Amino acid sequence: MTAIIIRRLLQAIPVLFIVVTLTFLLVRAAPGNPFTTEKKIPAEIMEQLQKEYDLKGSITHQYAQYLWKVAHGNLSISTQYRNRTVNEIIAQSLPVSMVLGSVAYFLALLFGITFGGWAAIRHGRPGDRFIMLFALLGISIPIFVLAPLAVIFLALKLNLLPAYGWGSPDQIILPALCLSVPFAATIARLTRGSLLEVLKLDFVRTARAKGLSEDAVLFRHALKVAILPIIGYSGPAAAGILTGSIVIETLFGIPGIGQFFVNSASNRDPFMTSGVVLVFSSFLILFNLLADILYFIVDRRVKLE
Amino acid sequence: MSSAGSEQADRAAVVSGLRFPPTLVLPAFIAGALLLFVAFFYFFGSWTLGEKADLTLCNGDEPQSLDPAIITGQLEGRICLALFEGLTTRDAKGDIIPGMAENWTQTPDGLTYTFHLRPGIKWSNGDPVTAYDFLNSWERVLNPATASEYSYQLYYLVNGEAYGTGKITDFSQVGVKAPDDHTLVVTLAHPTAYFLELTSFQTLCPVHLPTVRKYGRDWTKPGKMVSNGPYVLKEWRLNDYILLEANPYYWRPVPIHRIKVLPTNNATACFNLFYSKKTDLILDTRSIPSALVQDIKNQPYFHSNPFGATSFIRFNVKRKPFDDVRVRKALALALDKKDIVDKITRAGEPVANTLVPPGSAGYTPPQGLVYNPDEARRLLAEAGYPNGQGFPDVDLLYPKRGTSEQVATEIQALWQRDLGITSIHLRGQEWKVFLNTQQLIDCDLSISGWIGDYNDPQTFLDMFVTDGGNNQTNWGDPQYDQMLQTSENTADPAKRMQILHDMEKILVEDQVPIVPVYFWVGMSLYYPDKLGGFEPNFVDDHRWGEFYIPGKKQP
Repeated sequence: MTAIIIRRLLQAIPVLFIVVTLTFLLVRAAPGNPFTTEKKIPAEIMEQLQKEYDLKGSITHQYAQYLWKVAHGNLSISTQYRNRTVNEIIAQSLPVSMVLGSVAYFLALLFGITFGGWAAIRHGRPGDRFIMLFALLGISIPIFVLAPLAVIFLALKLNLLPAYGWGSPDQIILPALCLSVPFAATIARLTRGSLLEVLKLDFVRTARAKGLSEDAVLFRHALKVAILPIIGYSGPAAAGILTGSIVIETLFGIPGIGQFFVNSASNRDPFMTSGVVLVFSSFLILFNLLADILYFIVDRRVKLE
Repeated sequence: MSSAGSEQADRAAVVSGLRFPPTLVLPAFIAGALLLFVAFFYFFGSWTLGEKADLTLCNGDEPQSLDPAIITGQLEGRICLALFEGLTTRDAKGDIIPGMAENWTQTPDGLTYTFHLRPGIKWSNGDPVTAYDFLNSWERVLNPATASEYSYQLYYLVNGEAYGTGKITDFSQVGVKAPDDHTLVVTLAHPTAYFLELTSFQTLCPVHLPTVRKYGRDWTKPGKMVSNGPYVLKEWRLNDYILLEANPYYWRPVPIHRIKVLPTNNATACFNLFYSKKTDLILDTRSIPSALVQDIKNQPYFHSNPFGATSFIRFNVKRKPFDDVRVRKALALALDKKDIVDKITRAGEPVANTLVPPGSAGYTPPQGLVYNPDEARRLLAEAGYPNGQGFPDVDLLYPKRGTSEQVATEIQALWQRDLGITSIHLRGQEWKVFLNTQQLIDCDLSISGWIGDYNDPQTFLDMFVTDGGNNQTNWGDPQYDQMLQTSENTADPAKRMQILHDMEKILVEDQVPIVPVYFWVGMSLYYPDKLGGFEPNFVDDHRWGEFYIPGKKQP
């Protein structure tokens, strides 16, 4: 298995190389200049700026220069936050998004599996319909509608939780809840569907026939099989949730990495954009690999290739 | 109800007696989640548990830099002026007062200033602040290698521009000398009436060069930065907060010990913070949701003041039909600006018929073109487009941010209403792309704005010099350029203001390459019984070192 994991990690290198290349070229091809401001910058100053930020010379030269740096783990400097390197910005903002994301992720799994499983057992009864209605709402209401509503009612009207900021544990609850809702809803629907299928299978009937308690049937046998689609879904979902959300981060004032996805592009900050794309792609590859390994552990029929 | 029986039977058949025991699953998951939560808590240590500060304020977006030579934005400037102090500074009212310089003398021709520094002034590490610090910091701003976008603030010095553009490399030829530690002699190329305003601006503030040399790009980080203003940089977390602490070496006591600056680019979030009393002050106009202004206007915490900035429309005078001055005048006369400020911006902005905002001392602006749709229709018909018939297709460029899109839509509708022009097309662009298009003048009409760098009409009027970098209209008039030069060489303030008045008359009444729309207002939110030393002022410049908390003992 170790050999396979190593091979998969090696395969990630060309993938990341293509990602870096495409991002770099797309960012440099976009109209507008990172240094443009309302006031016209004298030509000498503009030239000096471009020299200082390695944005001078032909595009191939710039690309080679950037690639060389990336290969050495140096993601270059930000043109927007003049005194900071991209590495420094990511090192400061990624952990914040990861803390928030992992809390949201566990909330999503907790609520998703619990309510999804409950709905499957109460199949066709009001409880099931009630949960599925909420799951549908959770999937279809966009986060930029849900989050402000949560702020108005829970933070401003009832004054239960802080509306903004980062730094104390109570500030994590509201954004984590809002962030988890669409994921929890999807997981609930997946769990319900999968468990319903599994409960009809022969091995469950056999387990029951052996006289096992219903708890044992459900937890030792059914859920182990029913969990497979959720593992498949949660890999890419983890990559998304851990690298932050621009809506949640701007609305709740969370100093995470999510807002750079959009802001660095509109600021035409070339290296910052490439940097965050690189982080996101690495997460995606890593979590897909983790999901595959988990699959392998849970279901022995699966072979890691 | 009727199906209840069959449902019961159904359940009994499929999952008889099956209970999903949340009693077992929930605690396990919660325990797991909490464990991870706590692990992250310790591992990353990114928890600050709410740094205590005596004053918390919202200052707009995350600053791009805190290097006074590099920054160009207003929000960065506000923080920098809490950290650094120039030869002069401003009081709460925005008036110029002595800063690092105790006093100064000026020669009658207005060309030479001799500044005498305060005795005993120190950097935050205890080093003395000397005239050489100013000299060397100004050299750093002008040096092309620094790539300071605002280096032109020192082009007023003799040979400043030549050194700044690399034409000469000997700094001793530039008009600034330090005969001793406490004296700085500045020689200007022209008598510059607003020079003492410039010396209070962040670009002309001194920096501690040994620190800059030692740390390079990193010198603005907390723990490294050495400053000479009322505050020192204690902590700075990107997009999180900046913590400032009173500088013990500052030459006078600082009333508020610690200030926490929250960067936020979301006006709604910012207002939520203020509403839930988590911040004491919002001093960035764009951090107040414009949709809410109407509702909070009469609250005790809402404050607004006139502000030296103007919104206007630029014509591209090289393109048809705007090469015809009658068309430009017609469009200027037919714009019902009151409708725009009442319906869109709604913060009580005054309608603008001139480019220079009211409030410059000693300056009387011309009348400008006042809304007159009948005269406008007459001029448009004279130019060959009666009732807008036959008016060519033109585009109206605007940036996709703030209220610009609504303003552009309203302008389009107003010209249709009053002139019958139906061929103006909206063209929205992303901010950076918009700026690029505007600088290339690849548009017919563009929504523009200008914030004065200092309180003098010149900062607005010198934009429209022929082929100037900020002209962006293709318009030029040798007479206008000549008048600008004359004004720069005129030491008599009254005469100079008269020339500037005549220049603005050309700009907004005779030639009309632009249509002024409205003057900005500065808005801020705070409770006056909880924050003192904050006075509305024309430059919208509030010195944080002047703030105090009413009723608290002053140090």
